[in-house]
Amino acid sequence: MGATRQILLTRHSVLPGFGLALGFTLLYLSLIVLIPLSATFFKTATMGWGAFWEAVTTPRVLASLRLTFGASLIAALINAVFGLLVAWVLVRYRFFGKRLIDALVDLPFALPTAVAGIALTTLYATNGLIGHWLDQYGIKVAFTPLGIVVALTFIGLPFVVRTVQPVLEDIEAELEEAAACLGANRLQTFVRIILPAIGPALLTGFALAFARAIGEYGSVVFIAGNMPMISEIAPLLIITKLEQYDYAGATAIAVVMLVISFLLLLAINLLQWWSSNRTKSNR
Amino acid sequence: MSIEVSNISKHFGSFTALDNISLEFPSGELVALLGPSGCGKTTLLRIIAGLEQADSGKVLFHGEDASRRHVRERQVGFVFQHYALFRHMSVFENIAFGLRVKPRKERPSEAEIQRRVHELLNLVQLDWLHDRYPAQLSGGQRQRIALARALAVEPQVLLLDEPFGALDAKVRKDLRRWLRRLHDELHVTSLFVTHDQEEALEVADRVVLMNHGRIEQIGTPGEVYDHPASPFVYGFLGSVNLFHGRVHGDHLQVDDHVLALDQHTLSADTQAVAYARPHEVDVVRPEPGATGIPVVIRRILAFGGAVRLELERTGAESKENAGTPIEAEIGRDRLRELGLAEGDQVLIQPRGARVFPVSTAATNQAEKAAA
Repeated sequence: MGATRQILLTRHSVLPGFGLALGFTLLYLSLIVLIPLSATFFKTATMGWGAFWEAVTTPRVLASLRLTFGASLIAALINAVFGLLVAWVLVRYRFFGKRLIDALVDLPFALPTAVAGIALTTLYATNGLIGHWLDQYGIKVAFTPLGIVVALTFIGLPFVVRTVQPVLEDIEAELEEAAACLGANRLQTFVRIILPAIGPALLTGFALAFARAIGEYGSVVFIAGNMPMISEIAPLLIITKLEQYDYAGATAIAVVMLVISFLLLLAINLLQWWSSNRTKSNR
Repeated sequence: MSIEVSNISKHFGSFTALDNISLEFPSGELVALLGPSGCGKTTLLRIIAGLEQADSGKVLFHGEDASRRHVRERQVGFVFQHYALFRHMSVFENIAFGLRVKPRKERPSEAEIQRRVHELLNLVQLDWLHDRYPAQLSGGQRQRIALARALAVEPQVLLLDEPFGALDAKVRKDLRRWLRRLHDELHVTSLFVTHDQEEALEVADRVVLMNHGRIEQIGTPGEVYDHPASPFVYGFLGSVNLFHGRVHGDHLQVDDHVLALDQHTLSADTQAVAYARPHEVDVVRPEPGATGIPVVIRRILAFGGAVRLELERTGAESKENAGTPIEAEIGRDRLRELGLAEGDQVLIQPRGARVFPVSTAATNQAEKAAA
């Protein structure tokens, strides 16, 4: 027992420095992540259990949480499907302007979110370029929950593309050829061979896009319309509470979001750990 | 099932991979496609499998044109050099894959799949590994699993692309013997690609030698080794010594020396090159009356059943012959009898050397230099 512990901690390596690296990592994560986040817990603790429960279970807060997590989930799912498609096209085909499209994918990262929000609102408003056209079919995007999904999809796109792309590039053509020789059709080859291979990366991309969407604020407030109970997201509600000097109330919502997000991401990580463990084996 | 390819050509850009190839593979034989890298052997195999399309020509399975048939309809088993096992599936699932993807009507029941997979695992002697994942197996085990997977769909033809290329020497040797035994058991028409002449000669019923997208010779291992049809085949199937000279009746005039020849059809006074394998070279002491080509012993490699001598020509006048290394192989007893040491001057007498006119031999030499 003691011996295995020893081996784990001081495994020989050409690049030593386990102690220093771990120490720095812990310090760094504490400063950047843990301390600021624990502050929200401390602040929330000042209000007591009863007041906390009351603050986070008002219909308005519950509606905003539902909207935030619901819209983020939908947006992340859309990104998983279409991000995979974009990655597929970028990896598998050669065409004119491929580099340009490749560069375009990262733009949602670079663009200030407010700019994205305003641009999307202009496009999707009932008098906008796309919104005008959609309006004829009775579809309203801007100032509805649908608009929120559009904004969250926009900001989450690069995550899935960039995580799946390298893995897709690494898949050997021979695997597909082997499957074809064994009689598998295209759909079977994709579902049974390619999807499992890119699954972990796709899940990572999905988790990142999902997490990013939960915390998104800048682009959403412009397109959402921010009507309480209908199109008001939780981060906006936090800001509203802050503006009313209700600091404890604001951190209470933050704590609920943190806990839910943490549990969801933990679940995704466990899923990933389980799936990679299955293939990489216990050597 | 017999396979026939007729007039197959394939180009990659300006590179000619296959130049009008026609071949027949009789049912139940194990045939090796042998040649240096870039000779088109793998391309030919992939065209037969349907993984690559020929520019022109036909592939016939059992006399029927299969050129337009898709890979998955050709019923070929393909084994890749780097195994191409599905990493996320256990060994069992890898082998079962071909059965599970069958259309519902043809798909065997779960119990039948279990039975078939275990039967195949027993055939490749790896049943105890059925629940492992490919990452947990050694290279040799992976290739045997890949073979079992290919056999699961009961292919009409088995195609192996450098199946032992990624394995170390010891495992290769074992697997070769094992593949041969397996083929004798199953009798499925098999083609395997290799650049290793020893492997081809040891395993195959017949060997097809290829070079530059063309077929150089087809024959049993014995035929191609003993009667090479071209200088290329001579050079490719083991080490060989070259002697440049001029043909005079039944001998070759090499500078001032005379070299006895095997029967040949070259006309007198032709510039020619004689080919002799190391074990066909006799070594004698330069005593009065002894004839032969003078050489000096550079190294004596005294291990194994036969002793190898690295020799160098001395006093050669023509520039093709000057300084060419020569290899001779003699018995241990003969070495002791002659009492040879490194640095000694000796004479060599190649027995039954075969001649080829200089034009064909020259291309072979250029290739050797390029390699």
